[in-house]
Amino acid sequence: MVESNLNIFNSGVEFSDDDNIFRKGFVDSLFAVQLIAYLEAEFGIKVGNKDMDIKNFNSVSNMVSFVERKRQEDGGATFSQ
Amino acid sequence: MAESGVKCVVWDLDNTIWDGILLEGDSVRLKPRIQEVLDNLDRRGILNSIASRNDHDLAMAKLRELGIAEYFLYPEIRWDAKSVSLRNIQKNLNIGFDTLLFLDDQPFDRDEVASVHGDVWCMDSRDYLQILEHSRLNPKYVTSDSALRRRMYLDEITRRKEEEAFVGPKEDFLRQLNMVFEISEAQESDLMRAEELTYRTNQLNATGKKYSVESLDAMRRDARYKILVCELRDKYGSYGKIGLALVKLMPGAWNLKLLLFSCRVLSAGVGGVLLTYLRNASRDRGARLTADFLDTGHNRMMRATYMVSGFTEEAQRSDGITVLENDLTDVPPLPDFLDIQINVNWSVE
Repeated sequence: MVESNLNIFNSGVEFSDDDNIFRKGFVDSLFAVQLIAYLEAEFGIKVGNKDMDIKNFNSVSNMVSFVERKRQEDGGATFSQ
Repeated sequence: MAESGVKCVVWDLDNTIWDGILLEGDSVRLKPRIQEVLDNLDRRGILNSIASRNDHDLAMAKLRELGIAEYFLYPEIRWDAKSVSLRNIQKNLNIGFDTLLFLDDQPFDRDEVASVHGDVWCMDSRDYLQILEHSRLNPKYVTSDSALRRRMYLDEITRRKEEEAFVGPKEDFLRQLNMVFEISEAQESDLMRAEELTYRTNQLNATGKKYSVESLDAMRRDARYKILVCELRDKYGSYGKIGLALVKLMPGAWNLKLLLFSCRVLSAGVGGVLLTYLRNASRDRGARLTADFLDTGHNRMMRATYMVSGFTEEAQRSDGITVLENDLTDVPPLPDFLDIQINVNWSVE
């Protein structure tokens, strides 16, 4: 779901849910800021400085777990597919 | 809060730059001493632009005929609200609204801009001869980078046009730019520009802190500090000195007290390159690497730069600074589209 909404991944590169998108060199800090702003707007979460850890954003799977965790912390709503 | 320096003056045309109304067939004449004002601003590194409701081609032809067209970056000559033009200029130059001065003879247009962009300084254009005296238009330092600022923006416009026209992956575009990224220890002659960077840069300053020439010079002479300045060049020319890093060297531990970049190089990925270099340099010398970050409300991009380079939160200091630490593993190779030149001697005598 995250991936299908991420039309900022526009260069046609292939990657799986578990690929580290940062290590693969697909993205930079400008992209990271856009990605985080997107996650905040789309899933109604607030990414604080403490959450700014590459492990939360470096693969689609990790982003899904992060968003689920934030939503539970923020009010109990669970992330549904 | 201190008022920020003006980075760009946005001019109306009819009855502001010239007397008369172009489309009413008037034979317009430049206002007295307008060229002198434009030229003076230009030498101070303050940019000029235009927000005018006019016929674009006619107005540009007139500006060329009057010999002042080349002063204006991203001129907005269109049938639209001036607030739209101001927003386009702000976006194209990538500077804050609070650094724009808008001059117009029409109270309606000034009010319209002020109502949409509260931070833009709007002024009756009949006062144009006084603006040079104003403190907000007198940068503390005019450096060699200031006088070249307009040319650098013009180079950037050429770059963007070529990038848009370029077919193929972004890496291929970057590769043919022949970029050279030079990391050097600051010399005395770099200190004014270094101070200027700390005052001009808000979004891309990791702590928001400002440093004076004197404090920078003290660190430069102190063996416990390294001040690094970065310059970026490509086939179009130099972007000038666009990056600054202050590193405090302690036995076995390096602390990056400040990292900042000019907004000119937002998209060139140079932040990651400098951090990759510093990660290798500290690891090779057996030192831990930490970095200071202070959330100013505007500098999330720098937090992201640290994040992408593998820094994680380590501690919160009592002065509000967050200390980030790098585990120095998994350092990526330096990108092959940049020629990286290093003029730094890390050995401690």
